[in-house]
Amino acid sequence: MTVDELVRPFEFQFFQNGLVVATVAGALCGLIGVYVVLRSMSYIGHGLSHAIFGGFAVSALAGVNVFLGAGVWGLASALAVSSVTRRRPIGSDAAIGVITTASFAFGLAALQLGGGADVDADAALFGNVLGVTRGDVWLVCGVTLFAVAVIVLRYRSLLFVTFDPEVAAASGLPVARLDALLMLVLAASILATMNVMGVTLIAAALVVPAVVARMVTSSFSTMLWLSTLIGAFCGFVGMNLSYHLDVASGPTIVLVGAVLFLAALAVSGRTGRVRLGRVATH
Amino acid sequence: MRSVGRDPLLALRDIRVDYGEGDVLADVDLRVAADDFVGVVGPSGSGKSTLLRVLLGSVTPSGGEVQRAPGVRVGYVPQVETIDWDFPVSVSQCVLMARPPARVRPWPSRDEKAAVARVLDRLGIGALAHRHIRALSGGQQQRVFLARALLAEPDLLLLDEPTSGVDVRTRHEILHLLGELHDDGLAIVLTTHDLNGIAAHLPRLVCLNGRVVGAGSPAEVLVPDVLETAYGSPMEVLEHGGMRVVVDRAPDARIIPLPRGEGRSA
Repeated sequence: MTVDELVRPFEFQFFQNGLVVATVAGALCGLIGVYVVLRSMSYIGHGLSHAIFGGFAVSALAGVNVFLGAGVWGLASALAVSSVTRRRPIGSDAAIGVITTASFAFGLAALQLGGGADVDADAALFGNVLGVTRGDVWLVCGVTLFAVAVIVLRYRSLLFVTFDPEVAAASGLPVARLDALLMLVLAASILATMNVMGVTLIAAALVVPAVVARMVTSSFSTMLWLSTLIGAFCGFVGMNLSYHLDVASGPTIVLVGAVLFLAALAVSGRTGRVRLGRVATH
Repeated sequence: MRSVGRDPLLALRDIRVDYGEGDVLADVDLRVAADDFVGVVGPSGSGKSTLLRVLLGSVTPSGGEVQRAPGVRVGYVPQVETIDWDFPVSVSQCVLMARPPARVRPWPSRDEKAAVARVLDRLGIGALAHRHIRALSGGQQQRVFLARALLAEPDLLLLDEPTSGVDVRTRHEILHLLGELHDDGLAIVLTTHDLNGIAAHLPRLVCLNGRVVGAGSPAEVLVPDVLETAYGSPMEVLEHGGMRVVVDRAPDARIIPLPRGEGRSA
């Protein structure tokens, strides 16, 4: 492959938009993913991304702005999941599974029953660079700024709540509100990332960069920026691969992350594997 | 830290806690004054940690009344077994969490760094500030969480099993350290399984088994009647060097005689 072939896609507006969104969305997912991984919320991230598909389908069929509809739906799902995980009336993983997969199934059924032939469900499910618009660029940049602002302004509180929620609550921190804020940021991140990653693969974009970062560092602040960089790298490289291999963007971004994970596993040796094992068992 | 007074920092009246499967605690009364150093003893599942959480405020009782002195600050040192030692934080980052940020920037101010250094130095772990929390001995790990609690300048310190899993020397060091903090005016309530190594050395004990079975000095609480009621097992209490020594006398336990010259004094 020549250099000309490598840089050719940069001439296209749709690719420029897709590349910016994939890179920024990757960074966003990497940043939020640190909290997702350290709080053992991987399953929540996975479930929430599926739940949002229900809102996407309903709003697409109803002719409502998809981001607005899916956003409201996602926020409601996030608050429901947050409430379930806090109160634990039944096993929280089971409750999350019921809430989120039911929402996903509802979205699929609604699209089939509602005659959603002109709705690009594949793009929502697996990501599609062609579906990325200028609006998506502004959305993902806005959500990223919001996420960075939340993390900077609430850095110590979020760290305390992530590490030791019981003592954080006893120290006077509003743990329920901080949890809800984090779920709101997570839902907004999923929403902003949906077009590029697809709802079925967003969980990997949330988890993989943070896990790779955890394997190579034992510092929380280092993990935050490193995971953000890894996520951006995966988005940038994955989007380019998506164009050249003619494969949906979601899978290529996730596969770049998987390769990085294997590389980190090999490079970090036993220390990385031990850290990884501990993250997995939290 | 508060001056010693008659009014309690915390008072529990007729406390009942029910997690949905029967009472974990019932009819519990406890007053903690500014000059108190209280040990809560009892078998596993007797409600010791729950009582501590009621004092902390993280568990809301199903019944009864909790009275707190206005503005009272409570520090808490959790059981080491409940802590995620692989969480990516250093000693100083862990300690700093307890202090509400003085400004919006995520990194600590010079004053905050100085406050952390002071409390770490006081506890003898100043040189470990940049270590990861896992890369410490059991006693050092306990001191890190003690430092985190002290950084918030509490009036009352609650410790859940502060000596579990540590060796005898570390246990002595922790007990000595807590004694110094109490002498400096800090009220302390701790739970312990260790009747001989910890409880017997404290000025005041509360013996629990779902309810208060006994309360008072070690001489009043470490007696066979109270202990057998709490633990449901025959206990013998010996005197050794002015200290109480509790011996488990299970019906099927065999006493192996010591070699000549190593007899016990009773």
